[in-house]
Amino acid sequence: MAVVNTSTQGAHAHEVHDEHHDNFITKYIFTTDHKMIGKQFLVTGIFWALIGGFLSILFRLQLGFPEMDMSFLRPLLGGWIDETGSLDQNFYLALVTMHGTIMVFFVLTAGLSGTFSNYLIPLQIGARDMASGFMNMLSYWFFFLSGVIMFSSLFLATGPAGGGWVIYPPLSALEQAIPGSGMGMTLWLIAMVFFIASTLMGGINYITTVINLRTKGMTFARLPLTIWSFFLTAVIGLLSFPVLFAAALLLVFDRSFGTSFYLADIYIGGEALPHTGGSPVLFQHLFWFLGHPEVYIVLLPALGITSEVIATNSRKPIFGYKAMIISMLGITILSFVVWAHHMFVSGMNPFLGSIFMFLTLIIAVPSAVKVFNYLTTLWRGNLIFTPAMLFAIGLVSFFISGGLTGIFLGNSAIDIQLHDTYFVVAHFHLVMGSASFFGLMCGVYHWFPKMFGRMMDNKLGYVHFWLTFVGVYLVFFPMHYIGIAGFPRRYYSWTNFDFASGYADLNMFVSVAAIITFTGQFIFLFNFFYSMYKGRVAPLNPWRSNTLEWTTPLHPGHGNWPGEIPAVYRWPYDYSKPGSKEDFIPQTVPLSSTPESNLPHEEEMVSLEKAIMAEEGQVLVANEAK
Amino acid sequence: MYGFLIALGLLLLVSIIWMVYRLQTLVSVMKESEKSKTQATIKNSGSNKVNAVLFLVFLLAAGFLFFWYSFKEFDNYQLPIASEHGAVTDNLFWITTAVTGVIFILTHILLFWFSYRYQYQEDKRAAYYPDNNKLEIIWTLVPALVLTVLVISGWRAWKDITAPAPENAHVVEILGYQFAWEARYAGKDNQLGAFDYRLINATNSRGIDFTDANSLDDFEANKIVIPVGEPVLFKIRARDVLHSVFAPHMRLKMDAVPGMPTRFWFVPTKTTAEMRDETGNPEFEYEIACTEVCGRGHFSMKKIIEVVSPAEYQKWFAEQTPFIVQNPDLIADLPADLKEVAEIIIKENK
Ligand code: HEM
Ligand SMILES: [Cu+2]
Ligand SMILES: [Cu+2]
Repeated sequence: MAVVNTSTQGAHAHEVHDEHHDNFITKYIFTTDHKMIGKQFLVTGIFWALIGGFLSILFRLQLGFPEMDMSFLRPLLGGWIDETGSLDQNFYLALVTMHGTIMVFFVLTAGLSGTFSNYLIPLQIGARDMASGFMNMLSYWFFFLSGVIMFSSLFLATGPAGGGWVIYPPLSALEQAIPGSGMGMTLWLIAMVFFIASTLMGGINYITTVINLRTKGMTFARLPLTIWSFFLTAVIGLLSFPVLFAAALLLVFDRSFGTSFYLADIYIGGEALPHTGGSPVLFQHLFWFLGHPEVYIVLLPALGITSEVIATNSRKPIFGYKAMIISMLGITILSFVVWAHHMFVSGMNPFLGSIFMFLTLIIAVPSAVKVFNYLTTLWRGNLIFTPAMLFAIGLVSFFISGGLTGIFLGNSAIDIQLHDTYFVVAHFHLVMGSASFFGLMCGVYHWFPKMFGRMMDNKLGYVHFWLTFVGVYLVFFPMHYIGIAGFPRRYYSWTNFDFASGYADLNMFVSVAAIITFTGQFIFLFNFFYSMYKGRVAPLNPWRSNTLEWTTPLHPGHGNWPGEIPAVYRWPYDYSKPGSKEDFIPQTVPLSSTPESNLPHEEEMVSLEKAIMAEEGQVLVANEAK
Repeated sequence: MYGFLIALGLLLLVSIIWMVYRLQTLVSVMKESEKSKTQATIKNSGSNKVNAVLFLVFLLAAGFLFFWYSFKEFDNYQLPIASEHGAVTDNLFWITTAVTGVIFILTHILLFWFSYRYQYQEDKRAAYYPDNNKLEIIWTLVPALVLTVLVISGWRAWKDITAPAPENAHVVEILGYQFAWEARYAGKDNQLGAFDYRLINATNSRGIDFTDANSLDDFEANKIVIPVGEPVLFKIRARDVLHSVFAPHMRLKMDAVPGMPTRFWFVPTKTTAEMRDETGNPEFEYEIACTEVCGRGHFSMKKIIEVVSPAEYQKWFAEQTPFIVQNPDLIADLPADLKEVAEIIIKENK
């Protein structure tokens, strides 16, 4: 009965919504509609991706063309280009730091989870909105505020934070050590506090919504894998972001109030500081307790999206639905016990290193299972290459390429040499950066028709995909070689060292490839904004997909379904079911109406289903009587 | 270089023109019909075939580039090994490369081959194949087994590398600061003297505590000179922020942490002279770089290691003069008994 009650309440809530009319501010700005909030996250995420990408182009210019006269950038960068036309070294580090921070947190956490968890959770589980629309709105505006603060730090005279996105103290604690650790770092910390608050509010909402607001019949075993991934991502975020908050808070204390959590025995700028007894390694433990789960926070939603898109466009059920869920659960749990693999040579006890090496290589197993399941889903499918499908396949490729190098880095003996070299840069850009980015793109191409009621142009999508797919490999694959050769990361230039003096040509190549790939993203931008207004009007279910969002009207109002929320009678992956005439059976089609395609165990459920439907009928009658 | 920029500009121009062109076609298509380009139309369009073929082309082209470049450049990215444990870790590296390489190639062949082979065909229908527990178990267990083997061999190497240094290891202290390294040798007693960061000043940049008798024979060196074939222990610390000692040819890396001294021991296997022969580079030097971001000069923290024969090492070692000899002021405030010892050392070294 509880289920039924929820749905009647939903109906009431919806009637209320129809009564008031949204004005511009409540519709587009301080909206509590999860769909609009999702779009706000998306557009903001795209904005940040452009900024983050542009910063990487700036430092790639430096790395690819170390001798270049950058005076032409002076109108933009002002004093950061010195009289001789070369980039300031502190500013180089600031660029790298901002690039990493922006990409990891603003683009691939907020831009990805924020967009799709918000947009898809209520639509795919059959809910009117998030559990708390108001908190959802706050979540976006905290993110926005966080962005404003981070953005303004770019314009400080002393520059933004420059100690790397991992902000290891003492560098990040001492202004004497690098100018970016002054005001820049302060703003970084404030921005991240708002960001964490935003993520937590979002996460709490995603979790409660998934647990409490599923429509009739939407059991956990019938949730699309997208929802499973968003759900588990939110759980990870909820458990790990507070730890970053604690780490940041202690850093604030060390910076401003003279405590010594992370600082000890420092002599800098001609004076011995009073701090003793702290440990920089403590910070690293706290940071990576978030930092590693963070990798899965950006990756899992992308994998969820890919599962959905691959199944739909292979016209095949996702292979191993249960195994996919179990692997994601495994990844969720294990992601909390591998953090110190980032610290094998930090000076921590080598025995800990051994433990973390074992745990780390265990986490490779569920990842491998996922890859094999994707491959088997493609096998004997009937593949339709929509742009979303191409990006999904690209993601699988990056996930393999980047995942395999993780096996090197997780092995502490091998990591001695590879740690903090370009091998690491190659690894995480493929497995985390590019894979998640492709998940984001995949999601945008796939759900654009639902978001905006119009289609994006396919041909432009194809060109965008091939340019980006080839481009990403050309940018990041060569970095493996440079890394094996020992080139350290976060280097302004390598010419000081004989062992790292080669590969100027390869670095130039990488930079050119990066510029072309970055430029290629404007094709997407054009397609995105143009199609938003001028694209062809989308049909209701353009990809002939099973999930609930395609049962809403073309432009769903606040509340998503004009009448009752549809009930769900089957899992979301009944594609090409033998016996069925169509090659897809939406989740809303009762088993009792498809006797020709039901499997033996499904036949048994038909009677149960009839009982539920009868109950539903009563409720409808009761509603009408009111 | 400007050629590149010009090429880039051209590319931009072309893509803009092309976009404008597309824009026009888009508009005209819009006017013509409201017919939607949905899945139904994509699957029968030529694009589906083109994309499928492109995946195969990509597989072949990328596969070729990968093999060609990996073999052609092998000698360039593979740094010669100059330490005993380096041979072990490199061996592990290449074993892992072989194992993952096979998986990398196989899975990619499957990925792109399936994409090509199972492209949409009007008369076909996808197989309804939702699960197979036996398969899932196989591909859980097999990777688990392979990984176990890799981990255990890695763990054994790691255990040996991080084991306590042998008693007779030559002790060298490396101190990182913005933006250079300083080396200190333990002297004849092979015991480094104590230090305290509060003692650091212009004449005592390492904060050495000269009231500790072990410090009296400690000396500094511009180059880190070490004997081939004998164990060497680096005691690593930092004065201001994090740094990391990275000696790429030695396959050695360890963070330098303020407030927490760290260590790494190893056995060099080739002298600098031998390496000069091997690489054919008469200027070859072993280098130490910093691999933990530490500020603007992070990319320029270089120190040279010179590996010599044990005999040469002994000779060099005997020629070095302790701190207190170079700068007798350092012992000015010592208690009387220590001062006596110190003065004897100074005399001996004259
Ligand atoms: C336009 C595409 C991109 C290019 C050309 C690029 C290039 C680079 C390079 C060369 C570095 C290393 C800089 C150094 O160590 O000196 C770097 C750092 C980094 N990138 Fe990217 N990147 C791109 C996109 C991304 C994306 C999508 C992500 C999202 C995960 C990302 C995350 C990071 C992170 C976390 C760092 C480390 C920052 C640090 O060292 O503190 N990047 N990037
Ligand atoms: Cu990690
Ligand atoms: Cu450094």
